[in-house]
Formats: sequence, C-alpha cells, structure tokens
Amino acid sequence: MTDQPILVGYDGTDAAQRAVEFAGKRATAEGCAIHLVYVLEWSPYSFLSTQELEERHQRRTEELSRAEKTLKPALDALNKLKIPVTSEVRYGHSGELICKIAEDKGACQIIVGRKGGSTLSARLLGSLPLTLVQASPVPVTVVP
Amino acid sequence: MFWKKTAAASAVAMMSATLPQIALAQEVGLDERINQAIAPISNVIAGTMFYSVPIAGTEFPLIVGWLVVAATIFTLYFGFVQFRRFGHAIALVKGDYSHPEDAGEVSHFQALATALSGTVGLGNIAGVAVAVSIGGPGATFWMILAGLLGMASKFTECTLGVKYRNEYKDGRVSGGPMYYLSKGMAEKGKPGLGKVLAVVFSICCIGGAVGGGNMFQANQAFQQVVNVTGGENSFLAGSGWLFGLIMAVIVGVVIIGGIKSIAKVTEKIVPLMAVIYVTAGMIIILSNITMVGDAFAQIFVGAFTGAGVAGGVIGALIQGFKRAAFSNEAGIGSAAIAHAAVRTKEPVTEGYVALLEPFIDTVVICTMTALVITISGELNSGLTGVELTSAAFASAFTWFPLILALAVVLFAFSTMLSWSYYGLKSWTYLVGEGKGKEIIFKLFFCLCVIVGASMSLGPVIDFSDSMIFAMAIPNIIGLYFLMPVVRGEIKQYWAKIESGEIKKVK
Repeated sequence: MTDQPILVGYDGTDAAQRAVEFAGKRATAEGCAIHLVYVLEWSPYSFLSTQELEERHQRRTEELSRAEKTLKPALDALNKLKIPVTSEVRYGHSGELICKIAEDKGACQIIVGRKGGSTLSARLLGSLPLTLVQASPVPVTVVP
Repeated sequence: MFWKKTAAASAVAMMSATLPQIALAQEVGLDERINQAIAPISNVIAGTMFYSVPIAGTEFPLIVGWLVVAATIFTLYFGFVQFRRFGHAIALVKGDYSHPEDAGEVSHFQALATALSGTVGLGNIAGVAVAVSIGGPGATFWMILAGLLGMASKFTECTLGVKYRNEYKDGRVSGGPMYYLSKGMAEKGKPGLGKVLAVVFSICCIGGAVGGGNMFQANQAFQQVVNVTGGENSFLAGSGWLFGLIMAVIVGVVIIGGIKSIAKVTEKIVPLMAVIYVTAGMIIILSNITMVGDAFAQIFVGAFTGAGVAGGVIGALIQGFKRAAFSNEAGIGSAAIAHAAVRTKEPVTEGYVALLEPFIDTVVICTMTALVITISGELNSGLTGVELTSAAFASAFTWFPLILALAVVLFAFSTMLSWSYYGLKSWTYLVGEGKGKEIIFKLFFCLCVIVGASMSLGPVIDFSDSMIFAMAIPNIIGLYFLMPVVRGEIKQYWAKIESGEIKKVK
C-alpha cells in the first residue's frame, strides 16, 4: 500500500469512463488510492456580458453540483472495488491544474482518457493528454 | 461615449438639409410628427440639463462643472487615491489577491472589461475629434486632467455599488446607484431622500438607456455606415429603418432570445477592435516620433494660451472637460451597475479596479486619438467628429476608414447591450422583477433602435442625452453623503492588509 494516489482526470465522457476503469485495475494491483479531478475550463480573463456577470455565482453553483453528480457513478464504482477514492471539482485550465494537483497530492501517476479526436483544433490548440505528456511532473498514462 | 451636442447638432443640421424634400414627399412624416410632439418637453429638459453660463465668450454647461467639481472633491477627500493606489489596482486586476477557491466566480478583470466595453466607444473616436477641432490641441490637456480626476469619482461610486448590492437567494447579484442611494442613505438616517434619489436616478437611467445608450448609438452607427458606403449615393441612404430593423433584430435576439453566442462574438470582437485601433494609433505615433514632442508642445501651449481657439484658454478647457466627462461617464453611476457583480469580500477592491476605467478610456485611448489627429495635420482640414478621426488615420493607412466604420458599428452595438442592461435594472427597480415586465422593457428597447436609426430625431436625442447627464445629479448628491462610508471601507481594508489577513496569493 502506497500513499501516493493515482490521479485521474474525469469529465463524465466515455473516454474518462475508460480511464477510471483502467485506473481501478492499476490501483487494485498496486494497492493505492485514486483521486478523481473534474476540471471546469475557466479563465478569469475571459469576457462576460453584464447579464452573465449577474448570474455568474448562480451558474457556478449549478455547474459545481452538476459536476458532483457526474462524478457520483465513478466514485460508486470505485468504492465497490474497495479502492479508497477521493475527488475534487476545480475551475481553471485543465492541464495546469491537473499538473499542480498531482504535485500537491504527491500522486504517483496521472491517468486520462483520450477522445481519439484528430481534429484540426486538437492539432493546433493541443489537447489535455498532449499538454500533460509535455508538462506533467509524474508519469502519464493515456487510455485510448 | 457621447460625442454630443456639437456633433449631434451638425448631424441634425446635415439631416435637416434633406428634410424639406422628405417632408414634401410625404406631407407631414411620422418623424416630423414625433418631433413636434416631443420638442416642447425635450427642449425644456435639455435646456435645463445643459443650462450654460457664458464664461469668456464660451457657453459652459453647468452639468460639466458639476461632474468636474465632484471629481475634484473626491480626489482631495481620498488623498489622490488614483495615484497612490494605481499599482494596487493593477495587482488586483492581475489576480494577485484573488483566492484560487474563488475560481469560476466573476474576477476583477472581468468586471472591469465588461464595464469598459460599455464606455469605450464613439466618445473615444469621435468625441475627441470634436474636442480638438473646436478647442484646439490644448483641449487634450484638460481632457487628460478631467480623466485623471474622474478616476476618483469612479472609485467612489463603484465601491458603493459593491457594498450595497443585493445578493439574492438564487445567487444572482444586482447592484448600482439605485441600491446604494436607497440603502446607504437609509443607513445615514435619510431613507426618504434616499428613496427619492434612487427613483429619480432610475427614471433618468431608463431615459439615458433608450436615448444616449440606444437611439443615439443607432443613429450615429447608421450615419457612419452611409458615409463609408458612398455618402448620399449609398445604397443605404434613406433606408435607416432597414439598418435599424436589422440592428433591432440582432439586439432583440441577444437580449430577449438570450442567444449568448452573438453577444459573445461581439464582445470578443470589440476588445479586438479596441486593440487594432490603439495599435494603429501607436504605429502612427511611433513612426512620427519626431513630431510627438512638437504635438505635446502644441497641447501644453494650447492649454495655457488657448491660441487660435474661440474662448481662449477657457474655450479649450471647456471642450476638454466636456469630452472627458461624456466619454468616461465618471460620476454618472452607470459603471457601478456593471462593477457590482464582482466576487469580492472587500467592496473597496472593486473601487480600485474601477479607477482604471477612466484612465484607459480617457487618459490612454482619448489622448492617443488626439495625438494622431494633431500629428496628421488634418486638424485644419475643417472636418470634425468621426470624419476627422477617420481622415487622420487615413493619412497613414488608407484602408482605415473601413475598419473604423466597422468599429463604430460594433462599439455602438456593445454599448447598446450594456445600456439595455443598465436600463433593465432601473426598470425592474421601479416596477419589480418578473418575466413579463422585463419583456416589455426589452421590446421597447428594440423598438427604439429602429426609431433611432431611421429618424432625424434631434429633439429626442437631445432629450435622452440630457437624461444620461441627469443621472449624475441624484448619483453625486448621494456620493457626497456616502463618501465617509467609502473612507471607512478603505481604513478597514488596509488594516487587514497590514495585519496580513489579506495577502497576495501570487
């Protein structure tokens, strides 16, 4: 049993689901915990209209509770496997945040799914797995 | 934002030249009838609001004095807060003090950017041109001074906007002068006066929203589009209703339909336009760097000698003060509505951030326009308003007038969106919240877009413009009563910084 958890990026998609399943197997094998991170993309420098300013706090509360709800099945599934699991929902830049959390938590590795997209935008702007592979402080596993 | 009076007057003069033919063609046109109905009331209100006293042979509108005097008082009362806390304001905008836990909430930067998009506009492009064409380069100096003073007014009103905002159970926030006037004055033991000031402010704000924030914008955007598409020979000439209808539909889709994508696109393009405008200006200034010294010399000499300006020094001063006040809206109270949504426990932080607004709007962008005009040598071309700015930029980039026209339309559009919100907030303050009540205001607002673009409503525009400046009367009276509250906020905030309770997180 190691106290270094596996960090899994989760957003409720099929790709994230596969990442959780894979992480479940790894955690059972290594006897470590799992920490699920749900990042809501957010920049404090994005532009909002006056109406959006007014409703921002309300929307944020809604977004957070929706994210918690999305996390629930994954948490349940991992609990069933008797894997100690924690989770958090954060706002920010997904790549930067996951790297930072991995450092703060002393994670042994990061596991994320990939959507398998090879669209132009992913090429140009980079995707989360690419960013992590480039910038992560710990080993990264990308689940296809 | 409002390059008012003179420009409006010239536009009206231009239009009235074509008016007789139209009037003949359709006997008494609808616009003529509206004009006749509204003129007596509008003339009285506009006449009162813009009551001017002759100083050194020039008419000085008292309302401009009211704004500048208030700005000076706030500057002194808060010990030149705009200079002492400028660095702190930048640190706040950068997010140096924003707790990571608050990610996802409205940041200081976002509140500032949204408020700026409501003020940066025609005033920065056309208003400045009016100021220097009438007041000479020296008007720039006084404009900068008024802009610097205005920072203290913004600081005061936006601090109060956050302090006395309403936070509803569902998490929405609503703030602005109507709330600090009613709640703040009640705290001061004057609930009656507060209520009256708040109601007067709301009425004026609705008038200003549909007028200066809507009809005037639609009208000027249409004028500029006609100008670049061939002036009188333009395929659009005389089809103001069509232009207005298109604008109204787009505005309606955003504010009634709730289609965020259009607002999003505009609000992405508007800052981009501002950046293009400032970059083009900087390129012109840098490529003529040898002339900048001379331009500043003209500005300083002009400011204190008033050479070649009607009314001399005072003439230049009035023009500069007027444009600054019309452009950055410091003391009007509108910005306090936008700034109130920020997520902060300390109201005074938003005040510090808000003081950057007149700085960016007036001291940076307006000054840049003035420099470009002075350097280009177009000042003696006899042009004024947006045409002068257009010609000045065209002397360096021939294609610039097209970009400028696009910028004017987009600025007008984003200003309309901002003001539709300010108007709506005042409307719901008066009649209460509710879907039906909000729709009524929004439909009326869209209708006004068409009216503004299609008609030569000189009196209506005068009336609505005067309503915007009328907002400054209840607002500033309230600010005088509530300045000690702001001082208290400053004291407790800096005590927390000194004790280490509030720390930089970056």
